[in-house]
Order: sequence, then C-alpha cells, then structure tokens
Amino acid sequence: MPSQTNPDDRVTLLQGTLDLLILKTLVLGACHGQGIARSILRQSEEAFFVDHGSLYLALQRLEDKKWISAKWGVSENNRKARFYSLTAKGRQQLAEKTNEWQRLTRAMGLILNGGPGTEEV
Amino acid sequence: MFRRRRSADDFAEEIKSHIEHETDDLQREGLNEEQARRRAKVEFGNAQAARERFYLKDCIAWINNLLRDLQFAIRQLARRPGFASIALLVLALGIGTSVAIFAFVDAALLEPLPYAHPDRVMSVSESDTSLPGWPLSYPDFLDWQAQNKSFSSLDIYTGSGYLLRTATGAEPVHGERVSGGFFHTLGVRPILGRDFNPGEDQPGGPNVTLLSYDAWVHRYGAQPDVVGRTIDLDNKPYTIIGVLPQSFTFALSGDAEFWVPINNLSSHEHSRTFYAFFGIARLRDGVTVQSAQSEIRGISQRLQQQYAITGHDLTASVTPFSEVVTGDVRPILLTLLGGAGLLLLIACINVGSLVLVRAENRRREIAVRGALGASPARLIKQFVTEGLVLALLGSVTGIFIAAALMRLLVHLVPKNMAAGMPFLNGVGLNAHTAAFTVAVALLAALLLAVTPMLRLSLRQLRIGLTDGDRGAAGQLWRRLGANLVIFELAIAVMLLAGAGLLGRSFYRLLHVPLGFEPSHLATADVSVPGSMYATSEQIVELYREVVRRATSLPGVESAGITSRLPVQCDCNTDGIRIVGRPYHGEHNEVDERHISANYLSTLKATLRRGRFFTEADDTSKPGVAVINQTLAQKYFPGQDPIGQSIANDEGGIPSVWQIVGVVDDVREGPLDAPVAPTEYFPMNQIGEHSFTLAVRTSQQASTLLPELVSTLHQINPDLGISNETTMIEKIDTTQAALLHRFSAWLVGGFAAMALILGVVGLYGVISYSVGQRTREIGVRMALGAQRGTVYSLVMRQAAWLTLTGLSIGLLCSLATSMLMRSLLFGVQAWDAATLICVSLLLGLASLAASFLPAHRAAKVNPVEALRAE
Repeated sequence: MPSQTNPDDRVTLLQGTLDLLILKTLVLGACHGQGIARSILRQSEEAFFVDHGSLYLALQRLEDKKWISAKWGVSENNRKARFYSLTAKGRQQLAEKTNEWQRLTRAMGLILNGGPGTEEV
Repeated sequence: MFRRRRSADDFAEEIKSHIEHETDDLQREGLNEEQARRRAKVEFGNAQAARERFYLKDCIAWINNLLRDLQFAIRQLARRPGFASIALLVLALGIGTSVAIFAFVDAALLEPLPYAHPDRVMSVSESDTSLPGWPLSYPDFLDWQAQNKSFSSLDIYTGSGYLLRTATGAEPVHGERVSGGFFHTLGVRPILGRDFNPGEDQPGGPNVTLLSYDAWVHRYGAQPDVVGRTIDLDNKPYTIIGVLPQSFTFALSGDAEFWVPINNLSSHEHSRTFYAFFGIARLRDGVTVQSAQSEIRGISQRLQQQYAITGHDLTASVTPFSEVVTGDVRPILLTLLGGAGLLLLIACINVGSLVLVRAENRRREIAVRGALGASPARLIKQFVTEGLVLALLGSVTGIFIAAALMRLLVHLVPKNMAAGMPFLNGVGLNAHTAAFTVAVALLAALLLAVTPMLRLSLRQLRIGLTDGDRGAAGQLWRRLGANLVIFELAIAVMLLAGAGLLGRSFYRLLHVPLGFEPSHLATADVSVPGSMYATSEQIVELYREVVRRATSLPGVESAGITSRLPVQCDCNTDGIRIVGRPYHGEHNEVDERHISANYLSTLKATLRRGRFFTEADDTSKPGVAVINQTLAQKYFPGQDPIGQSIANDEGGIPSVWQIVGVVDDVREGPLDAPVAPTEYFPMNQIGEHSFTLAVRTSQQASTLLPELVSTLHQINPDLGISNETTMIEKIDTTQAALLHRFSAWLVGGFAAMALILGVVGLYGVISYSVGQRTREIGVRMALGAQRGTVYSLVMRQAAWLTLTGLSIGLLCSLATSMLMRSLLFGVQAWDAATLICVSLLLGLASLAASFLPAHRAAKVNPVEALRAE
C-alpha cells in the first residue's frame, strides 16, 4: 500500500542509487515502469518512494547507456506496456555497482559505528 | 548524443500505460475505478513536468551545456587578456597570411583562364635547345595551320605599337596583331559588334580593329555607337568593329587596347626565317598534348628539310597556355605558399603551447572538477570548446587580416608587371579561399583542442588531485614543450635561411656588373609618325635634332639614342656570320642594338679598343659596328676584332659591317641572364621609327623628365612620347628585379614573424620550466648554489634546445633551399655565409629570450621559494 501521505517515513534516494535499484529489480526478469516502481517500494518496505517522473527519465538514461533494453508489449492484465530488461552490459554494471555500494556501506558503517581504524573525535 | 532516442509521444504513451496499470492495481486493492484513477494520477505526480523534462533532456541539454561551455571559455579568455590577445594575434596572423597567399595561388594556378575550355588552349612555338618558346615565322604558321590534324584551330599573335591620333595630339598605344581566328580559338566573343570576318586577315585586308573593354570605357566613354567609328592609328584610318568583354585578358599581350588582324606584313615578316609570331591553338577533343607536339614536330622537320633551313636546330613545342601564363610566378607562389604554411604551423604550435601552459596551470581546477563528478567526456568537451572559440575568433580576425594583406600585395605589384598577371583581378575572397579558410580554421581548432588533451590524458585527470603540482606530468610537459620549441626553431631556421638566400639573390641581382653607370640617366621612348619622316635623311635629321635639343637642356651632360635600353631583354636579336670564314649554316645569335654616336659614352660604357661611332657614320659611308667584349671573345678569340667584318641579313638584304670598336659588356638583357654577345650598329645607318632617348644629367634624373617631354614635343607635337622614367627606375622595375624583390620581401616578412614566434615560444618554455623549478632552485640556493650556477642551469637548457632546433633546421633548410634553387641568383643553395648568419641571429635571439627567465631564476629568494610550497 503506497504511503506517500507521510513523507518523513521515506528516505531520500542517494545520487546514483536509483540506477542500481532499477538494475537489481530487472535481474528477476523484464518488467514495465509501473512494476519497477511498485517493486522498489514494496521491497524497501515502502522506504523508497520513487518519483515516477524521475523513474522514467532514469529508465531512459539506462537505455541510452545500453544497460537495459526496452520494447512495447502486453502486460499480464492485457494492457499495453513498455517492458524493460537487463542487457549483458547492464548485468555487468549491476555487479560492479553492487560491489561498490557494499564497500561504501561497509566503510560508512565502520566509521559511523566506530569500527577499527577510525578515530573518535 | 544527437540520436533522437524516442519520440515524446512514445514517452507520453508510457506514462499513460503506467497510470492505467496503477489504476488496475489500486482497483484490485479495493478502490472503485473513479478513485483509483484519481489516486494513480496523484501518485504519479506531475506527468506534464516529466514529459517536459524528457523533452528538454533530449534536445536542449547539449545546447545548454554548449552555451555554458562557450560562456566559460570566453570568461576564461577574458580573465587572461594577455594570453588571449597574444594567442589570437598569432593565430590570426598565421591564418591571415596563409589565406592571403592561398588567394594568389588560387587566382594564378587554380582559377581557370577566362576562355572556353581553357585546358584545351595550347601555346604553340618553335623550340630551340636554348630557347623553348621561340616564336614562329609567318610562312611556318601557314604551313602548320594547313597541315596539322591535332588542333581544331591554330592562330598567331604579336605585340605592336601604334600612334593613336587624339584630340590633344599623338599618343603611343599598345596594340596586338592577331590572325583572324584568334578570338574564336580562345572562345571569346565581342560583347559589342563582331569578331573578325574570314579574309580580313589576308594580306591587303581592311584596316579594322577590336577594342579592349578598358579602351572602350576610358577612350570612348563606353558608348555603344563606337562600333563603325573610324579612328587614326599610325596615320591610317581603322574601323572599330567590336568591343571585347571585360573579363577578357591575355597575359602575354599585357594591356593591349587595340586588336588588329595581321593583314599587312612587313618584308621581314614574309621571310621563313623571321621568327616574330606566337602561336595559340585549341586541341581537338581526344588529342593529347604529347601527340599534338609530336605531330607538329614532324611538320616542322619536314618544312626545314623542304626549305633547306639551316642554322637553328628548331623543333616545335606545344605547352598548355596556362603554364605559359604562370610560368614565372609558379615557383615563387609555391615557395610563398610553403612559407605561409610553415608560418601557420608555427602559429598553431605557439598558440597550442600557450594553451598547454594554461592547461598545466589549470590542472588543479580540472582535477577538482573531475572529483566533483564531471565526466572525462565533459572535461574534454570543455577543452574542445575553448579550442573552438579561440580558433573561431582567430579565423575571423584572420579573414580581415587576409583581406588587408591581399589588397596590400596586389598594390605591391607594379602596374607594368600587373598587366602580365591578369589573374591579379581574381585575387579575393571567393568560394575557393572561403573553403581554404574553413579548412585552416578547422585544422587550427583541432590542433588547439587536441593539444591540451595530449597533456591531460584521462588517467592524469584522475590522479591530478593527489599529484600536486609536479611529478611525472611536469616532466612530460617539459619533454613535449621542449619538442615543440625545437620544432618551432627549426622552422624559423628554414624560413630565415630561405629569406636570407632570397635576400642575397636580390642583392646580387642588383649588384651585377652593368657595364655602365645607371644613375643620373633620364630616358623616354619616342614613336615617330612614319608619314612625316618617310626618308632616311628626314629621320636621321630628327635624331640629330632630338640629341641636340636634349643636350642643350640645363644640367645635361650628354644624350644618346638607342633602339632599346639596357637591362630589358635579350630580344631584337640577329644572326651573324664572320666575313672571310667558312660558313656551314651555324646560327650565331647576338643581341642587336641601333645607337646614336653619343649613346655609349652617355651610358659611360668603357671602350676597350677602337672607337665609338661618330655623326659621320651615316648611310653615305660603309657599314660599321661596335661589338661587346663577349662577342669579341666568342668569335674572335685571341685575335684583334678591329678591322674584321661581320655580315647579316638586314631586312632581307645581305649587309657587311666592319668592326670599329670593342666595348666592355653592357648588360643589355635581364639582370639574371648571362651577358649575350652584342653588336651595335649606328642609328644613322639604319633608320627606325621608334627609339629611346637616354640623357645624362648632373642633377637628379627624375626632375629632368617633364622638361625632356616638353622639349621633344616642341620639336614635333606629333611625336609619341611614353615611358619617361629614370634608368634606375627602369632597372628596378624589370621583371627579374621585381620578382626577386617581391619574393625576398615576402619570405623576409614570414621569416621575421617566424623568428619572433620561435623566440616567444622558447621564452615561454624556458620561463615555464623556471617557474616549475622555482622550488628546486630555491633549495639549491639555500644549499649554497651561486647565482652563476643558476644562470648556467637555465641557460644550459635553453642552449640545448636552441642547438637542437638550429641543427635540425639547418638540415631541413638545405633540403628546402634545393627546392627553391630556381629562384636563386648568384647564390648557392648551401650558401655558408647565409646559414652562418641565420644561425648566429637565431642563436643570439634565443639567448636573449632565455636570459630573462634565467635572470628571474637567479633572483629567486630561497626562503620565499620554499615557503611558497
């Protein structure tokens, strides 16, 4: 259930993370825009609400980079929809970006949680 | 980037589909259709905004970026007005010069001549081993015309002078005698009236003339009813039958105003061995120049056998007419184009290295921008934009400079020479030059955009931030910058050496021994109306009167008359035999001049043996001759020529001339040609209706000229006086002197610019490298290094660069000067003195340029240098 009524519950998407989320969503198979938006919302326990305008621009951007490809088709409920799927290049990007992100979160985590090699001020 | 990805409609369609899906989902979650649709729309947010962003992102974004880049580039340039103006000026000068020179090359060598199918128009001539462009005789022309199958038409022309009667008296005018099909062969039609009718060029044909466009405008006020009018040329009525188009030019006849059919041949001209006409022909389709040449050669050989022509070893030659027109200027123009190209290269390299130095200073800025997320592509685009802006501004300024230069250069060509270069009218900004300009500008832009790229490889963009200000990058720059400077210096050496050689040629040319004293000589050409002075007594009396009146002018020391002044051409030649020697038909070609008694002494020529002519040497006495030293050595080696006789065929009448004097060589032919054997005959024994008066004065020669003209007109107002000038002026404006001066000045100009640019480049590199090494120098000085050590540190680097540049340049200039050998006179291509002078000049200039940075380095305060880090 969308919960955009309370914006405080949502987390602002970090620059560049939307691409990663889209790529990840498409790993499971081709999907249309609305499906991707729903999937991100649901999987993030409604923390990430993707602005739909931005979503479609991001999809376009990824398509330009040839990380995803798109074609018009018919959805499960018999409606016309533009389906997106990962390309080989996109799959590779997903691996790289995921790796990068994990290193970043680990490093952030180390610092924020006062892990080894960091100094408390 | 420019690919249109999707239509905005397609994008809108997708948004619509999204909302429908969302509506479906919401309905499934229990909302009714109305609510679900509203909710889906609200949830999507501003669909219109998304569509707009899609659209903007697609097509506006890059324009926007471009505009921002442009703004930034201009701001960057404006922030450093010194850099910007130097870079612009250098670039504009380089582009301007090369475009201006190209305009000349284009007009002279690329623009077709203003005739129908100009590539089929050939110059046809007899050909001697020593003289490729020998004129035709009239009988030969008729036979060639009748027998050849290679040409659709073959015609002849020859220059002529007339006395035109005008309201104010007689005026000598330049005419051209042509055979009837001349204009048809060129494919030129009169704009008014008609061409010559068939038969009008047959002996005894009517006196008709075509006017040049200039004559029509300036003499007859461009009146259309001029056709049919009768004018007076040489006291004979001529009917104007037409006017030639404005675009019509015929280089080899200069500025001829009256075009007359050849229908009135002199007794000489009927002779098969009197070569006075030049052939022009149109090749038939499918016939090559070579096959035409071999056919004409065959005809020529048959004719020589048939008429037992001996002496000349003549064959025939067929040359594209365009080559004949541009023959003299082609090597000069190509040399100049080469010079301009080198200059442009130096300019681009210089600006490129300036850009490079600035890129070097901006490494931090670039690193920061890279770190803040600017993609390498984005940074590169920024550099490309800056290069483009610079190149664009430089090219626009360059076009103005080119336009000014073209006007200047066209004016530098004197009028009498410009008449032989009709292509000068075509010099200007046309489609060709515009295309060339664009090409040059693009090249410059490419170079300027790529140069910083060399320096800022992508990897370095990333490491730039951590790298600080020195390190591997600094070394790379030093190597690259140093190479550029070596390159620049080498080019400067080449241009300087070229200019030096041309300058020396010019000097040598103006200082060849003349055999006479050219200063304080006033001269004027005189045409005598044949009808008034018909007998030889009358004309000899006129000569005496002219000399007597001229000599009595105040300040005049002496005066003489000649058929042709010295230093003009090896024309008016004669074939001679030595009386009393066996003759086997050999052709002894000598220059022939007719002179009055006082002429050689007026020139201050040196008499070796015997005597000069006297007034007594006239038609009542046996023929006498004075010969020059070259003739004496060639035909009378080890003998005394005085008293010997030479024989010729004067006007078809065999004549014998006894040699009474030998004179030191007076240079009758062009400055750059070896002195030809020359014979002088007394004017009083051969009357001529046109002659040149030479007057020696104790004052400045030019001040005498107006008085000279009025004195001559006092004798007879119907005398045609023209070309009144001084001997010095006459020599200075000969073709050889002009060509040499023109090229020496222009290449000299290039060389001066190249020297300045090269030295500025060296200064830039040295001072940049001093700037880079400030800390190192500071450390050295802190450790006790003397100022002298610092000087030698910097100067050593400069000397190394200079030496390398010089040596490469000297090697290259040997090669280039071999290429321009044909332009040199009296100088070897490997002239050591020139090369040494050039090396010294450049070496000194380089040392001066590097002294300043060295001085600055030696003044470095170690404490400050270290603190600055």
